[in-house]
Amino acid sequence: MHEWALAEAVVARAGEVARERGIVAVREVVIGLGELQGVDRDALELGLSVVRADDPRLAGTAFAFETDPARLACRPCGHTWTLRESLAALPEEDREAIHLLPEVVHMYVTCPACSSPDFTVVGGRGVSLVAVNE
Amino acid sequence: MDPRPAVVARRLARVGRIVAVTGGKGGIGKSSIAVGLALGLARDGARVGLLDLDLWGPSDHVILGVRRPGLREDGGLVPDLVAGVVFMSIVSIVGERAALLRGDDITNAILELLAVTIWGELDVLVVDMPPGFGDTLLDAVRYLPRAEYVVVATPSELTLETTRRTLELLARLQVPIVGLVENLRRDRDASVAGRLSAAGAVRALGTIHYDDDYEPSLGDPVRLAGTRFMAEAGAVARRVRDTPAEPVAERP
Repeated sequence: MHEWALAEAVVARAGEVARERGIVAVREVVIGLGELQGVDRDALELGLSVVRADDPRLAGTAFAFETDPARLACRPCGHTWTLRESLAALPEEDREAIHLLPEVVHMYVTCPACSSPDFTVVGGRGVSLVAVNE
Repeated sequence: MDPRPAVVARRLARVGRIVAVTGGKGGIGKSSIAVGLALGLARDGARVGLLDLDLWGPSDHVILGVRRPGLREDGGLVPDLVAGVVFMSIVSIVGERAALLRGDDITNAILELLAVTIWGELDVLVVDMPPGFGDTLLDAVRYLPRAEYVVVATPSELTLETTRRTLELLARLQVPIVGLVENLRRDRDASVAGRLSAAGAVRALGTIHYDDDYEPSLGDPVRLAGTRFMAEAGAVARRVRDTPAEPVAERP
């Protein structure tokens, strides 16, 4: 599962933030889960439970999750939309490609208003670090 | 906050050298040289990775003869070995679909690939760069600070000016340059390195001549291995292997 690699990134970045702020024991890390990437939360949590050992500051940390809807904005026509339904309607193979590399969404999705593939992902792309709390 | 940059260095911690193959123009043979370097280094016994960062026009897989390079999910994305080289390309993920990516998407996609690709232990990672001086080059400079650059040029007057600009830009970006590979030379052509040297020294890594046997060998690494192209690319690969990049401070 490639969520493991993302868990390592979260732990590494959270550790950096803790170090920068002089936090010895991180109480809580809030993680944003962008719906575009469709990260498997259970797999990510499993990864976090193991790779947290990389940084003693995270030994007692609680990991909290916020779902971040995939929000897209069409450049030519200005239409904005969330991807939830149309993402679910894609074939499994296409969703897997977007899961592995969210930018390839441009190859599978078009603007529902004007059919252009030239849109911006304005939110909800992938895994983000929302907060590192002492 | 984006957590991915924090893990890129760790992903490349067991990679000895990172050699980025670049050049200002399209069609001058960057992919051919990148693949030739990777195959040449691997043939000489090195553990080699190849990352095709030409997200708009990936072609390394065509040279290597794989329609869709494989990968497996195991703690990240683990690319398959192709012709003795650990090979990662956007084609592994999207197959033959055309990539429609703006600058921010390019940056995000490169960062994602660097954050999740598990290369393992390599002597050299060869990175095939897209043409030009755009987002990919700046992203490589930012996220691959250890990368050393091999510049590809052809004898055409059309590429000479761009090659000068490429060398100047890399110097301004303060990245190490391994040297220049002269590609697609015909017997009547004057040396690129010779014509460039008037403007400032750049180490010549070797010449690869136009080879009629190259095109028919595309997609067949075994046949490619027997070509003049590969003999010359192999010599360049050994030169790269034995040549430390010019320290930034010593360049003019």
